[in-house]
Amino acid sequence: MKKWEDNKAWFMVIPVFLVVAVSAILPLMTVVNYSIQDIFGPDNRVFVGLEWYQEVLSDTRLHDALKRQLLFSSLVLLIEIPLGVLIAMLMPKRGWGASLSLVLVALPLLIPWNVIGTIWIIFTRPDIGLFGAAINALGVPFDHTAAPFDAWVTVLLMEVWHWTPLVVLLAYAGLQAIPEAYFQAARIDGASTWATFRYIQLPKMRGVLTIAVLLRFMDSFLIYAEPFVLTGGGPGNSTTFLSIYLVKLAVGQFDLGPAAAFSMIYFLIVLLFCWLFYQALLKVGTGDKS
Amino acid sequence: MARIELKNLAHSYHSKPKSEADYALQQMDHVWEDGQAYALLGPSGCGKTTLLNIISGLVKPSEGTVSFDGEDVSALLPQERNIAQVFQFPVIYDTMSVYDNLAFPLRNRGLAETDIRARVNEVAEMLELDDVLTRRAANLSADAKQKISLGRGLVRSDVAAILFDEPLTVIDPHLKLYLRRKLKQIHARFKLTMVYVTHDQLEALTFADKVVVMHAGQVVQIGTPQELFENPQHTFVGYFIGSPGMNILPCNMDKGLATISGSVIPVGAVHESLSGAHELGIRPEFLRLHAAAVAGTVKVTIRETEDLGSCQIARVKMGDHSLKVKLDEGDTVPTEEGYLEFPPKWIRIYADGKLVEPDRSLKSDVEIAQ
Repeated sequence: MKKWEDNKAWFMVIPVFLVVAVSAILPLMTVVNYSIQDIFGPDNRVFVGLEWYQEVLSDTRLHDALKRQLLFSSLVLLIEIPLGVLIAMLMPKRGWGASLSLVLVALPLLIPWNVIGTIWIIFTRPDIGLFGAAINALGVPFDHTAAPFDAWVTVLLMEVWHWTPLVVLLAYAGLQAIPEAYFQAARIDGASTWATFRYIQLPKMRGVLTIAVLLRFMDSFLIYAEPFVLTGGGPGNSTTFLSIYLVKLAVGQFDLGPAAAFSMIYFLIVLLFCWLFYQALLKVGTGDKS
Repeated sequence: MARIELKNLAHSYHSKPKSEADYALQQMDHVWEDGQAYALLGPSGCGKTTLLNIISGLVKPSEGTVSFDGEDVSALLPQERNIAQVFQFPVIYDTMSVYDNLAFPLRNRGLAETDIRARVNEVAEMLELDDVLTRRAANLSADAKQKISLGRGLVRSDVAAILFDEPLTVIDPHLKLYLRRKLKQIHARFKLTMVYVTHDQLEALTFADKVVVMHAGQVVQIGTPQELFENPQHTFVGYFIGSPGMNILPCNMDKGLATISGSVIPVGAVHESLSGAHELGIRPEFLRLHAAAVAGTVKVTIRETEDLGSCQIARVKMGDHSLKVKLDEGDTVPTEEGYLEFPPKWIRIYADGKLVEPDRSLKSDVEIAQ
């Protein structure tokens, strides 16, 4: 009897369940449908099992896109997290300087993705762009429309410029939340600046940095607008990251079956990495030394 | 261990203080004798923590100097001052083990690892932390964490003084007693100069040899617990120390007689050239309440009686003034009306809040009549 009474609470969850079902699970099921059938029309479809998955998994272009993507996301994390923490540490803690630096740092976050692309196209142009022209004037040839490496670096710069501020804001919030007594105790204990960072600031930022790593990984792993606006994935395939390739497959070639199977794999990869990061960051710096 | 001397010390958090009200600490001269345990007692916001932070160097005073054993340390940073401070909330280094936490202040000062081991083990044993030395500090309870904070203060053998800023705030009541006893033992064993900030009078009175009472940025009295209780130098000390605090009544003085709301009370001594508006103070413990009129008593109405288990507190009304009288548990308290006796021995007279010492050479009218 008691058990039934308790379980009645589940009925309360039904509205939320319905909303989530309509907004997330049903569209996802459509993708699942497409990934296991060959669909020609509403009444003309063939069940193909895992055929699309096999095809996608053995696609070398997809392998290349995945490697490119992993390298890109790793670099994004390696650059944005330390850089964000460094900038947050250098920002004033209080007064008008704090407000001003927060506004300045947050500016890139307010600009729409495609506008960011346009800004950087102009900024890095070798003829009229401030950055591109300056680099060329220094004797380093730079042209993102022709050189694959240059295009790749430009996308990375764009991403870093656009999203490091998010890491800064998170790290800054984490730093501001540390009680003053910790810094006072560290001074009394004679701790160096490095020791204060290593043993107080960094451990206290663990929570916000976990969020930063997860968000930046997911977002950069799904990057689309920046390379699309810049070169549409080129030159060659140099900036063809996973979602660029997916769109080429689905919209460009209209291969909905393989595209759907690819989407499922993509989704699982993101999910897997997020889970791994979360588990790793949850454990780091806790637990007893036996 | 050192003798700490404060000279012409004053502090304001404003960059350009204009009036006395801008000062968190009013100008003071004060000496903390070597090897003594002091409690710094006062209500929240009276400047206790500011004073403590000035001694440790976390706050640079706007005026005056701090010296340890005659050496001026005003310009030195906290890490150069050789001082330990324990804060209100436990500060531990989350990622380190208990051992590493305790060793941290010593490692920062470049001690040899063997010396560190010896000191850490000694302190851990003293604070009964030896069985958790290898554990992560972050996973321990609040009182164990605060013991680690205390330990980091005690681990340095050469400190000039250890400063405690309300260190037992987050500790369970029964552990508070235990940790306070621990600190007293440590003090007795090592004769360290200790300054213990608190707003809890019980904590102050049980911990310290001498209690320094602060009020509105000033030291108003320094004394043993008994001196503070029996002879408050300031009305603030009177009502802040003691439970309930001293009864303070505005009165008119004239030749050894205090007039309060029309009732005349002999104060037992004459204060030279003392006349006009003053305050009379007497502790609830020293008042006596009679059921019938006795010579020298004042008629009062009894408002209510509170039974606290070990004693009774009667609230009485004398003219416009309310007083508290502390009675023994067995005493019968008269209802509605009673007669209040003011033993002259325990009456204190205050002018502008400060105690006025009686002039022993003068005799009061009452004494002459006898």
